[in-house]
Amino acid sequence: MKAARFAYHSPASVDEAIGLLSQFGDEGKVLAGGQSLIPLLALRLARFENLVDLRRAAGLTGITQEDGEVRIGAMTTHTAVHRSEILATAVPLLPRAAAFVGHPAIRNRGTIGGALAHADPAAEFPAVALALDAELEVAGPAGLRRVPARGFFISTYTSALEPDEVLVAARFPAWTGDCGFAVKEYARRRGDFAMAGVVCALQLRDERIERSSIAFIGLGGTPVRAAAAEALITGTAPGDLDLAEVARTAVDGLDAADDMHVTAGQRTRMAQALVRQALDDAIAEAAGHG
Amino acid sequence: MADEMQVEMTVNGEVRSAAIEPRRTLADFLREDCGLTGTHLGCEHGACGACTVLLDGQAVRSCLVFAVQADGGGVRTIEGLSPSDGSLSGVQEAFRAEHALQCGFCTPGFVVAVTALLEANPDPDDEEIRDALSGNLCRCTGYQGIIAAARRAAGSLRGVEA
Repeated sequence: MKAARFAYHSPASVDEAIGLLSQFGDEGKVLAGGQSLIPLLALRLARFENLVDLRRAAGLTGITQEDGEVRIGAMTTHTAVHRSEILATAVPLLPRAAAFVGHPAIRNRGTIGGALAHADPAAEFPAVALALDAELEVAGPAGLRRVPARGFFISTYTSALEPDEVLVAARFPAWTGDCGFAVKEYARRRGDFAMAGVVCALQLRDERIERSSIAFIGLGGTPVRAAAAEALITGTAPGDLDLAEVARTAVDGLDAADDMHVTAGQRTRMAQALVRQALDDAIAEAAGHG
Repeated sequence: MADEMQVEMTVNGEVRSAAIEPRRTLADFLREDCGLTGTHLGCEHGACGACTVLLDGQAVRSCLVFAVQADGGGVRTIEGLSPSDGSLSGVQEAFRAEHALQCGFCTPGFVVAVTALLEANPDPDDEEIRDALSGNLCRCTGYQGIIAAARRAAGSLRGVEA
């Protein structure tokens, strides 16, 4: 099908975009890479009177390292994230997760800001943002505010963004020292939305896990942190861990849903297996034999 | 409200412009306004990859780009990939040699995707070939011949006998 009619705007600045969005209210929608929005429009699952394309708005692309964190402009494509040397060094979980986002032609157009704002719980970048305690820079009529990832993902396809706000960048703390990272997913075909997925980051110090983050993809209405499992492993020597127990703890209390492909029970069991694999890999990498 | 807008872009080296509705996809612009029907439309919502073209050098799904978003850009379609004397490109030759097509509907998308891959990575391994082609669906030939064609094209473009 074809999208319903809309008026197209391509403002030259974020301020101008905010002005247009304020004017349009619920009848306006930001267009970033369009790789999620355009299918929704084409299938008439969504329609808007006005699309505000950010492609000409200055200052929204690029990856820069600043004082212990990496700032990624919202219009930076998945391909740029995937290939970034800065990220490969400072936030390796992001480029590794980018490899799981759709297909190359999708990654060439899709943007990290679009993926975060779209707030699809089956998507990779929201889970990585949650796992790594990213901060999101949001511009609106009142100026700039920073929203922690923990408070950004409200429910399926719903973020903390107001209709007249624009996500301008995401900030990820840089990782240093003996770190390990893993992304594990189960999907029937490469590039499909995963039935279940896990992202994991951890750091070893003096042979103990000094910090750890585990987040799930596709296991609820938002990405979900496995806080109890993180608490269980942090401060522990990897050799003393019962990974089966950690994986059981990680999925305890998850609110997975049934769909046409997989039941909630299957999804949860996949997640449990994936946590164990992810921890195995991350620990091995952090210990220097990944 | 949804007035037509003027767009202009370079398609296979020629400047093309038209007044179009903003909702017109790049795929429809190429097919309807430029008469370049080699770009095929399968699903029209980004699932099949048949409409893959090169936009500013990168493979994209032309059904997931509105033509207004490509204003000022450079597009190469399947028609622009073969030499002007009507002979086949190296990638197209490899598809023929490996029987990598049957009905041919998905073929333009695959040829464009392989071309994009080899321009970025002249010596891909099988894993990289499969990743590059993972977004393109073929419903009749199957994928073995297509993978073999990509491998052969990589070899012949590097001057290695397949």
